[in-house]
Amino acid sequence: MPGKLKVKIVAGRHLPVMDRASDLTDAFVEVKFGNTTFKTDVYPKSLNPQWNSEWFKFEVDDEELQDEPLQITVLDHDTYSANDAIGKVYIDIDPLLYSEAATVISGWFPIYDTIHGIRGEINVVVKVDLFNDLNRFRQSSCGVKFFCTTSIPKCYRAVVIHGFVEELVVNEDPEYQWIDRIRTPRASNEARQRLISLMSGELQRKIGLKVLEMRGNAVVGYLQCFDLEGESGLVVRAIGTACTLDKLSNTSAFLPACNSPSKEMKEIPFNEDPNPNTYSSGPSTPLKNQTYSFSPSKSYSRQSSSSDTDLSLTPKTGMGSGSAGKEGGPFKTLLRQQTQSALEQREFPFFTLTTFPPGFLVHVGGVVSARSVKLLDRIHNPDEPETRDAWWAEIRQEIKSHAKALGCHAVVGYSESTSICEEVCILSASGTAAVLNPRFLQDGTMEGCLEQRLSWQPGFFSIGSEKGEVDFFPQSQDSSSLLGIEEASPPGCGFCHIPYDELNMPFPAHLTYCYNCRKQKVPDVLFTTIDLPVEAVVVGKGCLIQARLCRLKKKAQAEANATSISNLLPFMEYEVHTQLMNKLKLRGMNALFGLRIQITVGENMLMGLASATGVYLAALPTPGGIQIAGKTPNDGTYEQHISHMQKKINDTIAKNKELYEINPPELPEEIIGSPIPEPRQRSRLLRSQSESSDEVTELDLSHGKKDAFVLEIDDTDAMEDVHSLLTDVPPPSGFYSCNTEIMPGINNWTPEIQMFTAVRVSRLSNINPTNQTLNKNFNDLCENLLKSLYFKLRSMVPCCLCHVNFTVALPEDELVQIAVTAVAITYDKNQALQANKAPTEKSQQRASTDNEEQLQFPLELSSDPLSSQPFSPAKEALEGASSHTGIPAAQRDRCNSWIELIKLKAQTIRRGSIKTTTSLEKASPLAEGYLRHRSVPSGTNSTVSVVKMTPLSFLPGAKITKYLGIINMFFIRETTSLREEGGVSGFLHAFIAEVFAMVRAHVAALGGNAVVSYIMKQCVFMENPNKNQAQCLINVSGDAVIFVRESELEVLPVQPPAAAPQPTGSAGDVTT
Amino acid sequence: MSSDLDVFVGNTTLIDEEVYRLWLDGHSVAEAVARRLRGGVLEREGTSVAVLQSDTRDHYRTFQMLERLLHAPPRLLQQLLFQIPPERQALLVQRYYAFDEALARELLGKKLSKGTKKELDEFDNFKRVFKAVEELRGPLAENIQQLFLLPPPLARDYAAIVFFANSRFETGKRRLQFLSFGDFAACAQSMMGHWSQGALAPEAAEPDGDLPKSFLQDLKELKVLVSDKDLLDQHKSLVCSALRGKISVYNELEANFKALSRALVNVGGKLTHARDVRDFFVDLVEKVIEPCRSDKWSLGDLRLFLTHYTAAPRNLPGFRHQALWERYMAAITACLLRMYHD
Repeated sequence: MPGKLKVKIVAGRHLPVMDRASDLTDAFVEVKFGNTTFKTDVYPKSLNPQWNSEWFKFEVDDEELQDEPLQITVLDHDTYSANDAIGKVYIDIDPLLYSEAATVISGWFPIYDTIHGIRGEINVVVKVDLFNDLNRFRQSSCGVKFFCTTSIPKCYRAVVIHGFVEELVVNEDPEYQWIDRIRTPRASNEARQRLISLMSGELQRKIGLKVLEMRGNAVVGYLQCFDLEGESGLVVRAIGTACTLDKLSNTSAFLPACNSPSKEMKEIPFNEDPNPNTYSSGPSTPLKNQTYSFSPSKSYSRQSSSSDTDLSLTPKTGMGSGSAGKEGGPFKTLLRQQTQSALEQREFPFFTLTTFPPGFLVHVGGVVSARSVKLLDRIHNPDEPETRDAWWAEIRQEIKSHAKALGCHAVVGYSESTSICEEVCILSASGTAAVLNPRFLQDGTMEGCLEQRLSWQPGFFSIGSEKGEVDFFPQSQDSSSLLGIEEASPPGCGFCHIPYDELNMPFPAHLTYCYNCRKQKVPDVLFTTIDLPVEAVVVGKGCLIQARLCRLKKKAQAEANATSISNLLPFMEYEVHTQLMNKLKLRGMNALFGLRIQITVGENMLMGLASATGVYLAALPTPGGIQIAGKTPNDGTYEQHISHMQKKINDTIAKNKELYEINPPELPEEIIGSPIPEPRQRSRLLRSQSESSDEVTELDLSHGKKDAFVLEIDDTDAMEDVHSLLTDVPPPSGFYSCNTEIMPGINNWTPEIQMFTAVRVSRLSNINPTNQTLNKNFNDLCENLLKSLYFKLRSMVPCCLCHVNFTVALPEDELVQIAVTAVAITYDKNQALQANKAPTEKSQQRASTDNEEQLQFPLELSSDPLSSQPFSPAKEALEGASSHTGIPAAQRDRCNSWIELIKLKAQTIRRGSIKTTTSLEKASPLAEGYLRHRSVPSGTNSTVSVVKMTPLSFLPGAKITKYLGIINMFFIRETTSLREEGGVSGFLHAFIAEVFAMVRAHVAALGGNAVVSYIMKQCVFMENPNKNQAQCLINVSGDAVIFVRESELEVLPVQPPAAAPQPTGSAGDVTT
Repeated sequence: MSSDLDVFVGNTTLIDEEVYRLWLDGHSVAEAVARRLRGGVLEREGTSVAVLQSDTRDHYRTFQMLERLLHAPPRLLQQLLFQIPPERQALLVQRYYAFDEALARELLGKKLSKGTKKELDEFDNFKRVFKAVEELRGPLAENIQQLFLLPPPLARDYAAIVFFANSRFETGKRRLQFLSFGDFAACAQSMMGHWSQGALAPEAAEPDGDLPKSFLQDLKELKVLVSDKDLLDQHKSLVCSALRGKISVYNELEANFKALSRALVNVGGKLTHARDVRDFFVDLVEKVIEPCRSDKWSLGDLRLFLTHYTAAPRNLPGFRHQALWERYMAAITACLLRMYHD
C-alpha cells in the first residue's frame, strides 16, 4: 500500500439552478478514485454551497495512482427521483507523484458537463502521501518526470540523453460498444473521457518503466496522441526522449539528486541489470510476461507504403540507395564508430527533441520521412496491441535506414502522426537525420568529461560559471576539441556540414565549401524538422513557408482505396517538396527548419500541408533565382508572357530579400575553397553585411544564375503552379511569422504574449472540382486565415507569430477543417534598431533568445536575499517546530532560509520520511515563496490569477523557476441544440474557451502561472445540422510551470556575484 | 468556398472597443461591418471585407457569451471562462451599464418592476439594478457600486433611478420638462443623503431607496411653522430683518413670504401619502421656483433666503424641532438650488 490520496471538498460557487421551483440547488459531491467512492453531505438550497468536507482518504497502489484520474462529480439531490448530475471534474494527480513538481493541488475548478459545458466551479484540495516501496517488481514508475517541452527544460541539466521511448495501448472505443445504443450521450461521452484518461495514465506509467529501465529519470519531448479508429477501436500512443536530468543549482552539479529518496530506490534495482542498454520496445512491459492466446494473423489485410528519403533533400531524381560505407576521412570514421557504438545498441536511435545542448548536434543530414497506408481492422484483444506496434516498428525501421543512407546514425526532431478516414489509415513519421556527439549518450563516458565540460560549456551546462553571465557561444576551438568534434569546425556552421560521403553521395546534390569555415562541404539547401540551433549564424530574418496541395481521389473501398492512396502519396510528396523549394528560393533563403508535412486523407481527396520556417544560413551558398523556361520558344506572345512572369518572379525575390533583410556578405569567388580565414577576419566580413543594407536593389540574380532553379513550363498546369507561387502575400508590415520556437533575427521580445487557437471549416462548393480549383480553394483558405490572424492581432504590432501550427482535417466529403494554434509576441522595435547599430552585437547575428540569458538567474537567486536579513524570532519558532517534526539539527543548519525550512518540513510530513534536502532545490523555493507572497493580495480581491499559455518552451522576459508536471487533457462536448448555442461557430467558440479555462484552472491549482509547450493535438469536430446536433473532441497538453518576471527578479536585493557560486554551507551562516 | 465554421479564441480574450460599442448600440453584424468599413479600417489595415466580417462575428459571439456575466459583474471577476485583464473588465462593465440620460430622464419615476419597454437594454439594466438592491439595507449608491462594480458617479446615477422608481415621483409633467436627468439625480442624492436612515445610522433597518417612515411622520410636526399664526409672523420678521438690504428682491420676498413658507413646509407634510409624494417636484416648481422666477429672483437671492429661512426658527420661542427642520431643509435647499434654472 504505497500511497494515500487525500481529497477535501471545500465549496462550490455559481452552480446552475437545478430546482426550477425554488431557483436553487441542493448540491452534494461524489469523490471517486478507482473503485472507491466518498460523498459529501447535501448542502441544501444554495448556488454557492460550503461543504468544507473532511479529508476523504484513498489507500491505493502507486500503479493505480498513476493510471487513475481523480473523479469529482457534483450532483443535485432529489428526494423523489434520481439525483441529477451537474457536472464533473477530472484531476490528474500525476504531478503529485514526483517530488520536484507540485506538492498540493488546490483551487477552483470549472465543473464540466459534456452536454452543458462549464456549470459553476468547485474548490478542491488534493494531496498524496507516498510511502517508500522496496518491491522492485512493481509496475509503477512514480518519480519519472514528464515534459512536453522538446528541449532540455530550463531549470534542468541533461546528464545523459538516453534516447527513444515509445508505447501504445489500445482499447475498444466506448462510442462504438453495443451499450452505447442504450445509454445517454452524456454517459457515453463520460465513459470515453474516463477511458482515455485511464489509458493516458497507463501509457505514461509504462513509458516511465522503460525510462527507469534505461536508468533515466525523465521523459522530454513527450508527445501522446489518440487514434480514433472508429469501429476498430481506440489507440493511445506516445513517444518521447528518455533523459537523466539534474535540477540546476549554482553549486556543484555532482551532488546526487537526493531530495527524492523514493526515486533513488527505484533506480537501484535496475542497476543489477547487466546490460542496461538493451531495452526492448516490445508491446508489453518486460516485467509482465503475458502469453497471448490470440493469433494476429489476419489483423490487417493489406498494406502498402511509400517513403522517400531523397524527396526531403532534393527533388531532382530518385536516390541511389548507396550505402554510406566509405568514409570521407579518418576523423569521420572515428566519430562514426563512436556514435555507432553508442547508438547501435538502441533499436531506434531517435530523439523527439528539437533543440539540443550545445555540442550535441554534430552534423545534420536532412529530413527523413516514411509513410505507410494501412487498412484498419477491429482490435480483437486490447491486451494485444501487436498489430499497431508492428506497423510503427516497420515505419521506424524505414526511417532508420533512410538516416543510415544519409550517413547518419540518429534521427532528431522525430515525430509520428496518423490520418484516418473510414477504414484507411496513413501512418507517418519524420525526423532529421543527424550525427550526434556520442558523449551525451553514454553513462560511462559522461563521468570522465563531465567536470571538464562543465567548466567550459556554456548554456545548458555552465551554470557554475564564475563570470555570472552566460556566454552561450562556446569558445570554439577549446570546447570543440574538448568535445572531440572536428577540431576546426566552428559551431556556427558545423551542423551544416554534410555527414555523408562526398564521393559516394546517396543522391545527387550540389556541394560547396562551407561559406563560414571554408573547410567542410555543405549542401546548397538544408531541410530539417528541428529548431534552428542557437549557435547557427543566420543572415536577416526568417519566415513561415507553407506548401499546400490537394489531390482528388476516387471514392473506393478497402484495398482499392488503400492502393490508390499509396499510389498518390509519392506524387504528393514530390509536389509538396517542389513547392517548398520554389517558395524558399522566392524568398532568397537556403534552409528550412521545423518542417512538418501533414498528409490528410478524406473520402475523395488527399490534402498535403507542409509548414516550415525559412532562413538564410550564412554557411550555405546564396540560393540561385528561379528561371522559367518555356517549351515553345517560337510563339512570340508566349515568349512575352514568359518574360513577364520571369520579371515578376525576380521582383518578388528582390522584395522578399528586402523584407527579410537578407543581405549576405559579398564573397569574392576565389575565397571559396581557400584556407579558413582568421576569426577576426570573419567577423569583419560579417559585419559588413549590416552596413550594406542600402544596396538591396542591385542584388545579383546574375550571381546565382549559374545554379538558378529552372522551372519548365510545359503545360497549363505548370503555369498555374507558377502563378500560385506568386499568390502568397507577405504579412502586413510589423508582422513576422515562423513555425519554430524562435524567430531567426528577432531577439528583443517584450513580455506581451497572446496564445490563440483559430478553427475554420469550409465547404468546397465546386460541383466538378479539379485539382487546380481545389488547390486554389485550399490556398485561399490558408491565406485568408493568416490574413484574419494578422488583422485580429494588429494591436500587438510590431509582433511575430511564433510556433504557428496548422492542422488539416477532412471531416466530411466536401469539408476542410483547419486549426491553427500559435503565439503572438510583441517585440521592441526601438531596441532592435539599437542593436542593429551596435556593430559588436550585429557582427555575428545569431538566432538567440532572451531565454538563454535567463540561465544566469539561478546564480543570483541562489544567494538567498532573505538569509541576509535578521530573522531571529521566526527562526526560533521554526526551530522549535522543526524539532517536533524530527528534522535533524544538522539538516536544519543547512537550510539557509525559513522558506526552505518550511518547505522541508512540509515535505517531511508529506512523504512520511526524512530526506536530505541539498542545495539543489534552493533556487525554487525562494522564487516560489516570493511568488506566493506576491499573489496574496490579488487573491483577496477574489480575482482569478492570470495563467499564461504558450506553445513555446519559454516565456519572454521571464524565468521558469519550477516545472509542476504535465498537463494532458481530453474533453468531449456535445450538443443537441446547436442552433440555440449559436450554431457551429458558437458551439466551438464556447468549447475552446472552456478548454482554455480548464487548463488554466488546473495549472493555477498546481500553484503555477503558465503552461509552456502547449499544444492542441486533436480537434475533431462533427456536426449534423439536420438533427441540430454537434460533437467535438479536443486533446491538449503542455507543461505547467511557475515563472517569475525578470523585472520582478531585479527587485530582489541582488547579492554580489562573487557570493553566488558558493556552496550551501557558507550561505546558510545567517540562519544558524 | 464558404466558411461554415470560423472561430478565433485567445487565451487572453480580445476586446475591440469599437465593436463593443457597436454591439452595445444594438447593431447587427452586417450593420457593424458596414460601419467599420465606413470608418476606413480596410484602408488602414489593408485587409478584406471577409476578414472584417469574420472578426466582427468573433467579437459578437464573445460579447454574447459575456453578457450573462455582465448581468452580475462580480461574477465577471470570479469566472474562469474568459481571461480578461482587470482594466478591460472594468471597461466592459462601465460601458455596459452606461445609459443615455435622455432615456433615463424619460423613465424617471416610472415603475421598473413591470416589464415595460422590453426592447431597451438600458431599461433592462435599470430593472436589474432595481431588483438587486430593492431589498438591501444601507446606502443605495454603495450597494450598487458593490454589486455591479460601477464607477462611483455611475453608481450614484443608478441610485437616483432606483430612488425615483421607489418613490414614484412625477417627473413627466410639462412644467418639469426644463429639468434634466442630472438635476433629478442630484436631488435624489441630496434627499437620500439627508433624509434616509443610512444618513443617520449606517446599519439602518430600511433600505435607502425608501424614505424612512418615522422621518416622514415627524415632518408633520413642522406644520406648526405655518399653521401657528404667531410663529409664521415671527419667522417672517426674523428672515426679513436679516435680509433687508441684502437681496435685490426684498419687497417681493416680504409680499410672498407666507405663500413660500406654506409651500416649503407643506411639501414635506404631504410626503406620508403616496399620492402626494408624486407631486413633490411639481409642488416645488409650481409653488416655489415659478413664483420666484417670475419675480426675477437671482440664484444668489434664493440661496440667501433659504439659508436664513432655515436658520431663523432657532430663535422662535416654543419651536422644538430645529434639528428635524434643518435636516428637512438641507435637502429641500439643495434641490431648489439645483433646480433653479431656465
